[in-house]
Amino acid sequence: MARKLLLTNINVPGINTFDVYRANGGYASVEKALKTMSPDEIVEEVKKSGLRGRGGAGFPTGMKWSFLAKPEGVARYLVCNADESEPGTFKDRYLMTYIPHLLIEGMIVASFALGAKTSYIYVRGEMMPQIRILEKAIAEAKNKGFLGKNILGTGYDLELYVQPGGGAYICGEETALLESLEGKRGNPRIKPPFPAIAGLYGCPTVVNNVESIAAVVPIINEGGEEYAKIGIGRSTGTKLISAGGNVKNPGVYEIDLGLPVEEFLYSDEYCGGIANGKRLKAVVAGGSSVPILPANLFLKTINNEPRLMSYESLADGGFVSGTMLGSGGFIAYDEDQCIVRNTWNFTRFYHHESCGQCSPCREGTGWMEKVLHRLEHGHGKLSDMDLLVDVSKKIEGNTICPLGDAAAWPVASAIRHFRDEFEWHVTNGAEAVTRNFGLAHYADPLPKKEETVA
Amino acid sequence: MLRVDEQQQEVTFSPELVKQFDDIVSRYPSGKQKSALLPILHLVQAEYGWLSSKAMDKVAEYLKIQDIEVYEVATFYSMYFMRPQGKYVLEVCRTGPCGIVGAEKIMDHIEQTLGVKEGEVTPDGLFSWRGVECLAACGYGPVLQIGPEYTFYENLTNQSVDALIADLKVKARN
Repeated sequence: MARKLLLTNINVPGINTFDVYRANGGYASVEKALKTMSPDEIVEEVKKSGLRGRGGAGFPTGMKWSFLAKPEGVARYLVCNADESEPGTFKDRYLMTYIPHLLIEGMIVASFALGAKTSYIYVRGEMMPQIRILEKAIAEAKNKGFLGKNILGTGYDLELYVQPGGGAYICGEETALLESLEGKRGNPRIKPPFPAIAGLYGCPTVVNNVESIAAVVPIINEGGEEYAKIGIGRSTGTKLISAGGNVKNPGVYEIDLGLPVEEFLYSDEYCGGIANGKRLKAVVAGGSSVPILPANLFLKTINNEPRLMSYESLADGGFVSGTMLGSGGFIAYDEDQCIVRNTWNFTRFYHHESCGQCSPCREGTGWMEKVLHRLEHGHGKLSDMDLLVDVSKKIEGNTICPLGDAAAWPVASAIRHFRDEFEWHVTNGAEAVTRNFGLAHYADPLPKKEETVA
Repeated sequence: MLRVDEQQQEVTFSPELVKQFDDIVSRYPSGKQKSALLPILHLVQAEYGWLSSKAMDKVAEYLKIQDIEVYEVATFYSMYFMRPQGKYVLEVCRTGPCGIVGAEKIMDHIEQTLGVKEGEVTPDGLFSWRGVECLAACGYGPVLQIGPEYTFYENLTNQSVDALIADLKVKARN
């Protein structure tokens, strides 16, 4: 059984209330940080931990914090990015629903480290129930003296607010999120300046994912070096993985980074294998934006080494035969799923969510959606695959924010790994509408696990 | 503006609602009251069911910003309705992971059961439905949500959708 840092007490009844959370060791990091540590020491501790941003980009959190400009007399802000909307990812929702005080605790410590007097948690608008939960938790913490004026008598003041979004995927991008928080359309800003210099209201700002903020709590409690012992190489600590799609036990799992993917997918402690005794066809390992991999390349790297759940191992092989850990949105596809249809579905998503600011993304996602739609519905041409790759290459790297890349990668990788399935959709147009291509050569190389029929 | 030909009623915000607005505005530094725009639009939509241009003009007046600043935001974010909806809007997630576990079948079933197409309102004014993009509940798909509380209904089947619609009909009558 792996060690849990974030979800240790998730099954304690009433852990969503302040009293139970506190009785189980909650808010200890606030006491430790505010009473015994200086802000710089906290930043140093987070640097030592090797914690990498859990929202998808994997940028070292401590480093991000140390970039924050600290001009005299200018307010600084910490904004928590809870605009979780990457298809396949639902870990932040889980965390906020069941253990909201962990996020509040992390926010207090992180705000103190950054010198922020006002912090915001930007939650996607659809998560109204979670917004209510957080507001209640904030009120409880404030009531007990952990928020507001002169926290625990240390002289540190902090106000924490929850801000609802309006249902736009793009607001998960940090500068779009700041625009949205300022009451504007979520159009990403041109960088530089980075938010660390000019963020919210033009002031220095740090934007962190919910899970990154939550991870600060065990880092302060146990020390950065202790945290860095978990994991493998530069992938330190634990990570929440949201497992969905055709796995037997979908849900949120906390894993030690470096867990073999085979164990994650097939052990009963985690996903428990593929549902209904089917075989694995493909996996999207880190949310819809990362390249899709066929089962054989997912389980073993191109050098025939077993793949691990870590930033480096999943990226092994680059974009040719690797993928990315991303936000930890793990989607498994069984033998009955159609890759063309899935790619079309994702592209429709990106077309819908493109903010429309940059032409390559605004137009390109629309064209890719149209071409994929005709492929899926049996009207495609053999030249369409090259056309799609061409369009995706023209989006990639040519936009202000990474949404363009996120839209391009799934299409390019699907065609790279599943070209035969795309071609089959063209050559067997009529048949493709009624049945699926199946597994072909990229089938799961592992022996089929026998299901016990209850 | 916004091609809505329906008669738009004059909008006056109740004192309770304005008090909630004030509370939201107090969260931001002075002069940054525009930050309150998104939360306020949610409150207005919860009150009136959609955002008429008259309501948006009132919001602009309250926040001391231009009307267009409200329109451009309201049309950008997918949660705001630019035309009247049913009392209950069933929003079904149709993206990737929900797609592979049967979201399309659920949408077909809802269309059949309610007898209206995506975006249309049932004759009794009770229901409308639409497909929406990822709701971040991918492990529990198919899912749908119903505003303004945005309650989630997970692991949907045709039977659970039928039961839900029946429940809502009863709830609306009482």
